[in-house]
Amino acid sequence: MKSAVVVFPGSNCDRDLAVAFEQVGGTKPAMIWHAETELPDGLDVIGVPGGFSYGDYLRSGAMAARSPVMRAVADAAARGVPVIGICNGFQILTEAGLLPGALMRNAELAYICRPIGLTVENSQSLFTSRYEAGERITVPIAHHDGNYQADADTLDRLEGDGRVAFRYAGSCNGSARDIAGIVNSNGNVLGMMPHPERALEPAHGNTDGRRLFEGLFERVGG
Amino acid sequence: MKARVFVTLKSGVLDPQGKAIHHALEGLGFAGVNDVRAGKLIELNLADGTSHAAIEDMCRKLLANTVIENFRIEEVG
Repeated sequence: MKSAVVVFPGSNCDRDLAVAFEQVGGTKPAMIWHAETELPDGLDVIGVPGGFSYGDYLRSGAMAARSPVMRAVADAAARGVPVIGICNGFQILTEAGLLPGALMRNAELAYICRPIGLTVENSQSLFTSRYEAGERITVPIAHHDGNYQADADTLDRLEGDGRVAFRYAGSCNGSARDIAGIVNSNGNVLGMMPHPERALEPAHGNTDGRRLFEGLFERVGG
Repeated sequence: MKARVFVTLKSGVLDPQGKAIHHALEGLGFAGVNDVRAGKLIELNLADGTSHAAIEDMCRKLLANTVIENFRIEEVG
């Protein structure tokens, strides 16, 4: 199993994500600094972690999305390599155009940091195969800019194509149609605001996030 | 030469910051404010002869997120 976690100035969940990849995937991921122009060959999974890349300057994820390493991530994603972006990673993937829509300031303008109920909308995706469709899980969120917005056509298409992976179980941050996580049209890129890597082992108080990584590594590991 | 780029949220996109500013203005007793929309002003100091098309390209590729934002360019001297 060969994985990588991209690290930007201001990333702060990169090590948590690396622990998740190592615990579930069995090998330590390569940590790739944002200035790199190439990724290691033969990656099975790429992680884009949470944090406050580039201090959230201009817009959350905007600067990171234009950094050299993201061109390499976009190339890998186009070749079908699975990419998971969590929190700031989701913001970066939308800014980079790998996922549709945008993440705006939370509707109530507050930073929200608490465990939140999610509904697994689609258990067929590369990332959700260890969950049941409609299952209710609890995963922590910690964000200020998690308010997912896209035009109505895009939202209809996401829902119609089964590309909504997770929905908030109640209103949370103002997100259109309570969307918490989506996949791209090829199904190999997931962006989500909640932090599954923070619900990995009993010491976290909750292990609902672990099955995401188990399902993903099971599928890519063959 | 200089250019100013005004980045604003598209109409129809909820602007929570604008709403909060509106609320604060009302709290200060300013009546008659119907709506507030907040945006950004970005000032560019550019090499002489930079084309309008180049500035537009900067806006599309970085300065504005055209999923949710509009931009307007004002070239100043």
